[in-house]
Amino acid sequence: MNVHVTGNDVGTKTLAIVGALKGLEGPLLPILHEIQAEFGYVPQESLPIIAQELNLSRAEVHGVVTFYHDYRDHPAGRHVLKLCRAEACQSMGGDEIAARVKALLGIDFHQTTLDGAVTLEPVYCLGLCSCAPSAMLDGEVHGRLDADLAAELVAEARR
Amino acid sequence: MTVRLYVPRDAAALALGADRVAKKLAEEAAGRGLDITIVRNGSRGMHWLEPLVEVETAAGRIAYGPVKPSDVAGLLDAGLIEGKAHPLCLGKTEEIAFLRNQTRLTFARCGVTDPLSLADYKAHGGLLGLEKAVTMAPADIVKEVTDSGLRGRGGAGFPTGIKWKTVLEAPGEKKYIVCNADEGDSGTFADRMIMEGDPFVLIEGMAIAGLATGATKGYVYTRSEYPHAIATMSDAIDIARAAGILGPSVLGSGKAFDMEIRTGAGAYVCGEETALLNSLEGKRGVVRAKPPLPALQGFLGRPTVVNNVISLASVPVVMEKGAAYYRDFGMGRSRGTIPIQIAGNVKHGGLYETAFGLTLGEIVDAIGGGTASGRPVRAVQVGGPLGAYFPRALFDTPFDYEAFAAKDGLIGHAGITVFDDTVDMLKQARFAMEFCAVESCGKCTPCRIGSTRGVETADKIAEGIEPEKNRALLTDLCNTMKFGSLCALGGFTPYPVMSAMTHFPEDFSPAPVAEAAE
Repeated sequence: MNVHVTGNDVGTKTLAIVGALKGLEGPLLPILHEIQAEFGYVPQESLPIIAQELNLSRAEVHGVVTFYHDYRDHPAGRHVLKLCRAEACQSMGGDEIAARVKALLGIDFHQTTLDGAVTLEPVYCLGLCSCAPSAMLDGEVHGRLDADLAAELVAEARR
Repeated sequence: MTVRLYVPRDAAALALGADRVAKKLAEEAAGRGLDITIVRNGSRGMHWLEPLVEVETAAGRIAYGPVKPSDVAGLLDAGLIEGKAHPLCLGKTEEIAFLRNQTRLTFARCGVTDPLSLADYKAHGGLLGLEKAVTMAPADIVKEVTDSGLRGRGGAGFPTGIKWKTVLEAPGEKKYIVCNADEGDSGTFADRMIMEGDPFVLIEGMAIAGLATGATKGYVYTRSEYPHAIATMSDAIDIARAAGILGPSVLGSGKAFDMEIRTGAGAYVCGEETALLNSLEGKRGVVRAKPPLPALQGFLGRPTVVNNVISLASVPVVMEKGAAYYRDFGMGRSRGTIPIQIAGNVKHGGLYETAFGLTLGEIVDAIGGGTASGRPVRAVQVGGPLGAYFPRALFDTPFDYEAFAAKDGLIGHAGITVFDDTVDMLKQARFAMEFCAVESCGKCTPCRIGSTRGVETADKIAEGIEPEKNRALLTDLCNTMKFGSLCALGGFTPYPVMSAMTHFPEDFSPAPVAEAAE
């Protein structure tokens, strides 16, 4: 969701999330997951607060955020469509499906349609390798994609 | 009397419409005034038949599949509730050849029970292993697991019992069991199926590992790409804790063990155990140099068992039936059973648990039924994106750690991805390098830079630019990566690349690009 959040709001919510989770052993990833679930991405304003609360340097937190593919530095589109690019999906024509989806959406991987409806992301394996090619739309899984099913998914994501 | 129907909740079944089928079944049954209960079980592993609907009858469970929502009314008309005939009827589930010919030890309950019913779990032999373990001395549990011959199912094949022994004997006030559920290899889904289909077996295995080593805390580190597994595991942990299986006194033994699930963030390299530990600690998922071994200085620098899901989920049956029972399956130094995952362009894709020793050809042709496309099988990749591509000429290789190593391959997590004759092996070799470049943690140079140079070199071969020289360069680069990388990502990426080049040289000698002006 492209919800506008003020810096102050980010600060308060970040502090609450960190406060709730900092007692865990190795709390940083759970905290970052919660922050992304809350805001849709990991806002820059969150980083110094996390660093201070966990007694880390800001560089260390930045290093962790940027290491992992999942964490975004800006909001995604309203829907996120992930297409599997790994070998099992390739063996069943996954590359052709990806090309078709890209053409239908008019975007490449890691991009969002201009209307903010869909972000397209590659994923390396959804564990659905026996019913390839596979995709995930907003957490819902889809297998045995063909050209028609892929077009249906795109239409659903466009809504 | 209420009739029990089964519609899987496994992600593969969901991806093929299982939720819609379950909803339609409930609606249609209500409309007809039928008294049914729909159990959302795990998958039986016959994924080409998903969604597989089963009905419990006096004669046993009868299967129907693959069922589409539009089939439901017709199935009920035909007498699905009584297990009557229909074109989609497959007969008794247990007698379907794919299932009947398996040896299901680790996956004995998967697809059979309600994954979140502890009563169901116990009714099917669950907790017997843990009940036995709480009466035993830690060293005796370790000995039992060692004697069973169980080796790490994540890929490295290290003897599980030896690892446990090291942790048991390591000094330390707090020790950990970390379950590596970061199943990122394409062609594998066994961990996911266990977590979604029989989560209690993993919990039981981890609790036994805790009792055996003196560890009191466990973590399951899994992937963000597995939301269904995360949800099911989390629920199962809560149920187990409420039932006293986890907590300050495991099954009333006075010994503590508790666990939680942690989610990764889309980094393949975190499947490597030391990168996983760093990630679990909240750091970048960068590989650590070994030594020190994680068994001695693992999570937070404390003694830690890091085991794969399937290794831990195989422990309860070892404890229940004894080391000798488990060890009697298999061949050579590969003892027990292995859940083979048959994937990609294959007719009968799914999970097939069997003793070690079947040949690759038997698995692909006889069990898998050849390709889904109907074209000839050209190559199979065994062991995920870091595993070698095997040509038909090597289909007599038996499924065994050492036999695969002897053919410059690896079993890995036992995933097999089948390709038909349309596959371009140069493209697959390039992809292996590309994947390594995307996923490299960046710690060591051969992996971080070598993978990018590998992509460029493969591109030059494809473009017909000095192919002979570039093939030699790619071979040399693979050699550097293999021996100069810290972990399996850089170290094993050469397997798919070199096997493609060795077994399919014709794909690496493309016709020179025609000159534009003639």
